[in-house]
Amino acid sequence: MNYRFRDMLALEPLNADELRFLLDQSQNFQGIQRNPLKKLATLRGKTVALAFFENSTRTRISFGAAASRLGADTLNLQAESSSLKKGESLLDTVHTLDAMKPDCLVMRHASSGAADFVARHLEIPVINAGDGMHEHPSQGLLDALTIRDRKGTIENLNVTILGDVSHSRVARSNIHLLTKFGCRFTLCGPAMWLPRELEQIGPPGASMRRVFRIEEALAGADVIIVLRVQTERLHEPALSASDYILLYQLDAARLRLAKPDAIVLHPGPMNRGIEITPEVADGPQSCVLEQVTNGIAVRMALLFLLLVGSSESGIAQHPAAALEKDPTHASR
Amino acid sequence: MRIVEKAQLMSASEIDRTLQRLAHQIVEKSGGTKHLALIGIRRRGVPLAQRIARAMRGIDGVDVPVGTLDITLYRDDLSKVAPQAVLQSSDISFGVDGMDLVLVDDVLYTGRTIRAAMNGIFDLGRPSRVSLCVLIDRGHREMPIEGQFIGRVVQTSDTEIIEVRLREIDSEERVVLVDRLEP
Repeated sequence: MNYRFRDMLALEPLNADELRFLLDQSQNFQGIQRNPLKKLATLRGKTVALAFFENSTRTRISFGAAASRLGADTLNLQAESSSLKKGESLLDTVHTLDAMKPDCLVMRHASSGAADFVARHLEIPVINAGDGMHEHPSQGLLDALTIRDRKGTIENLNVTILGDVSHSRVARSNIHLLTKFGCRFTLCGPAMWLPRELEQIGPPGASMRRVFRIEEALAGADVIIVLRVQTERLHEPALSASDYILLYQLDAARLRLAKPDAIVLHPGPMNRGIEITPEVADGPQSCVLEQVTNGIAVRMALLFLLLVGSSESGIAQHPAAALEKDPTHASR
Repeated sequence: MRIVEKAQLMSASEIDRTLQRLAHQIVEKSGGTKHLALIGIRRRGVPLAQRIARAMRGIDGVDVPVGTLDITLYRDDLSKVAPQAVLQSSDISFGVDGMDLVLVDDVLYTGRTIRAAMNGIFDLGRPSRVSLCVLIDRGHREMPIEGQFIGRVVQTSDTEIIEVRLREIDSEERVVLVDRLEP
């Protein structure tokens, strides 16, 4: 079964078959990362605009590498150098970029829903590279691909997320994807980062529990996703860095509480010595570098699926069709 | 438009005998199976390559490596592939540098598939030789490409289609000539 995607804004509206299709397509791009010649001509002549209104290094480089390996060119807009600093509105900036005639827009923004908003105003496909606390779909896909590679399946696993879940778009994309395959989630961290509402973010009936003791959260885990602690959120008197380390750092002793074949993921960049110890980050259970490699494969697949054949889709030929774009659905 | 079957070009046993002959020809022309490898082009070149390799084992007693190539990323008509192009997996687990590669496909027609396949192969390395083996050559080339090992040459008109049906993929095993008729 094949699916057409107009944009890639979120994983929440996608069903299990669509997600499996995206993972299978990404898997087919993994092999290219090992080719001696990695540059394809598939998207030659296409331009991908990378608009990062919030700082990012790895996601921007990863999308840039994905575009370049498919033969596409990139336009780069970064927050520090952008006219947003001069007071231009988001929509004006995006329309200006669009007037340079890219074939796709990849964007990151600090506001939840920003990519969705922009997609409603543009005819070209939009890929959400992270919007506020909402979603980071390519990260969710690359995490699932990494889990599937290591565990052989993404079905019915016990997944523990450690850290600041409430502010994390990575956690939300992971939850929206993996719950559709029957994974059971345990969210663990300080109470201020685990509001009760988090239990409702999965689909109805999904197994989601909040746990405040890390020992309890790790027992029986197949997959541990360690979130980056934004150190600016750690301060006295609510929670100091040393308290966080004492209570929630993933170290080798705590990791032994999980299943012996449990794997550890981290979306990066890591704060070694805060949320994770170097011993765990560099240990055999860590998948951190595989995540980075898989990120390029996932992003190549997304660019390929959104950019190839789109000129025949009928969407680009009928300007009015832009008005019909359903803001809540990434696929069509 | 109606699709009608005009003729059967090969039966199951004819396909089998043809592949046996092609296996012998490849081994003979290559002077043995050393450095030899087969690359099946998705989809129907894959089972054909596997069957030729099996026949070669009967000739030389050697397992010739077989790879699988999907040419989607190298097609020159992607913008015309509606509505959605889909990538299938490629699997070439051996190094191609210095190898004597034989591309295997079911039907040789415009030559564009083979052009795409060669681009894909050269992203993996530098083989010492690349040749082409097809079950059917139906003419109408649009590229300067020819097959070295050919099962059968069939004269066709450009409305006709050759369908190679293989038991690994289809429910039957035969080659038929079909035609598109305007109503």
